[in-house]
Amino acid sequence: MNLLRTCLTGALLALLAFAIFGPITNMLVWSVAETWYYPAKLPQSYGFSFWERVFRPQGNAMESLVNSVVIAVLTVIASLAVAIPAGLALGRGSLPWRSLFLLIFLLPQAFPSIAVHMNIARIFYGFGLNGTFLGVVLVHTIQGLVFSVWIATAAFSAVDRELEEAAANMGASPFTVFRSVTLPLALPGLMASAIFVFLISLDEFTGTFFVGVPDITTMPLLLFTASMEGNYQIASITALILLVPSVGFMLFIERFLKSDVLAKVGS
Amino acid sequence: MYACKKDPHMLSRRASLYLVAPAILLLGLLFLYPLSFSLLWSFRDEETGGWGLQNFIKAFSLYSNDILFTLIIVTLSTTVIGLLSVAIGGYLTLGENRVALALLRWLYRWPLFIPFVVAAQLMRTFLAKNGMMNNIFVSTGLLEPLQAASFLDWRGIVITFVWKQTPFVALLVAGAMASLDRSTIEAARNLGAGRLRILVGIVVPQVGTTLVVGLILSYVVMMSVLSVPLMLNAQTPTMMTVDMAWRINAYSDYGVANALGFVSYAMTAVIAWFYLRQGVREGGKPA
Repeated sequence: MNLLRTCLTGALLALLAFAIFGPITNMLVWSVAETWYYPAKLPQSYGFSFWERVFRPQGNAMESLVNSVVIAVLTVIASLAVAIPAGLALGRGSLPWRSLFLLIFLLPQAFPSIAVHMNIARIFYGFGLNGTFLGVVLVHTIQGLVFSVWIATAAFSAVDRELEEAAANMGASPFTVFRSVTLPLALPGLMASAIFVFLISLDEFTGTFFVGVPDITTMPLLLFTASMEGNYQIASITALILLVPSVGFMLFIERFLKSDVLAKVGS
Repeated sequence: MYACKKDPHMLSRRASLYLVAPAILLLGLLFLYPLSFSLLWSFRDEETGGWGLQNFIKAFSLYSNDILFTLIIVTLSTTVIGLLSVAIGGYLTLGENRVALALLRWLYRWPLFIPFVVAAQLMRTFLAKNGMMNNIFVSTGLLEPLQAASFLDWRGIVITFVWKQTPFVALLVAGAMASLDRSTIEAARNLGAGRLRILVGIVVPQVGTTLVVGLILSYVVMMSVLSVPLMLNAQTPTMMTVDMAWRINAYSDYGVANALGFVSYAMTAVIAWFYLRQGVREGGKPA
């Protein structure tokens, strides 16, 4: 009976492992396949010539990689610039209707975003923002805002108030207290929110599809175009480049987001 | 002694409002304004300049199959995600085999932050007729070579959604299950209840809210994914997101696209309403 149960557990785990790693393995094989014609089960030849094509300095793959990183960095700066003050007010301030404000920042998660994105594109068109970096950064910022505001609020809420009071009692001005006590203690949470927003921007597809195309291509759009053209090597290499930071974040998030901060999310 | 104790709040009301204002302004300009734009403009007939239901009539006559298809795909995916999340969370809470627990904990979260467009590309190669899944099934004798079929249709969409969203819901559910009071579980176990019975009868009812919140968030996300149906399902019927993009890119027809958007909000609202009604009903009961 016990042996049977162990075997069953093992079989189910193996099935889960196959379901999770099978698609990833298939992508890895494609990324180093030089030629792979139907109906061969494995590529006829392997090599890195497609890698060379992706990373060629003047190629459009390199351009979209640079675009993606620049847009993601600008998105992090823009989201944190508004989310840190908002998080401070929501976490430590005396804001009237605090829970209403927190709820408003959740709204973008409550609506299917595609219909909003296509109307943003239409509004941006009137301002000449379509196909510009500013336009794409703004679309990414609004998606990052939900998470950055909530995580920043939690990070500031988790700061021990007695430490701030101690500093204030010793004569520190409110700004000095913020700079030397509150901000350093909230920093790990803010770092987590910055990394998360970076990842959201790096992976964003729909907003860029409506606002950026055809002038601004990011990695997800390059992946999409290559895949639809049947160029599975380029698509798989791009997918791998996007996969590495996602999996890395999944593996390391617990180090950044401490449980005391997580416990304050939404409270 | 406490004479110099400060106000517990570091910031005044006015300062707090000033600090939160830029974020609210950004949200208003980039979310609430386009949202109201999309709601209003779905009733606008841009050819005649009037208002009415023309866009909805056109949307339903052209895309009623796709609306139904979307509803079925998203509901089916949500159901499977719910079942798998409960199974994963349940094993992590009630499982006894240490090796299996460690393996599962390490394994299930991998797709958590993988973007949909990447997941779609992985599945496009994996689920194809000549993809790795069929190749392995044929090599191990589970499938005859002639039986190998492409899964790149509605099944591909469901598989991708489940693959990508289950870790998120399972993470939430497992977290909620881990913080449950163990004494009722132990009591049931001492009375001889099986693990499945404990899971269904004791554990799941207590994490119901977390499970439903996770499922609703997934439902909303799946409702607005464009890349997965575009890349995995080249035939009709397809999902509404593809139709919206098509109306805009091919015809600049914002009216019908917004009408479809309105329908997708409505489909989400129905789910949210069911949930809220359930919450009110349960909230009325004595605990």
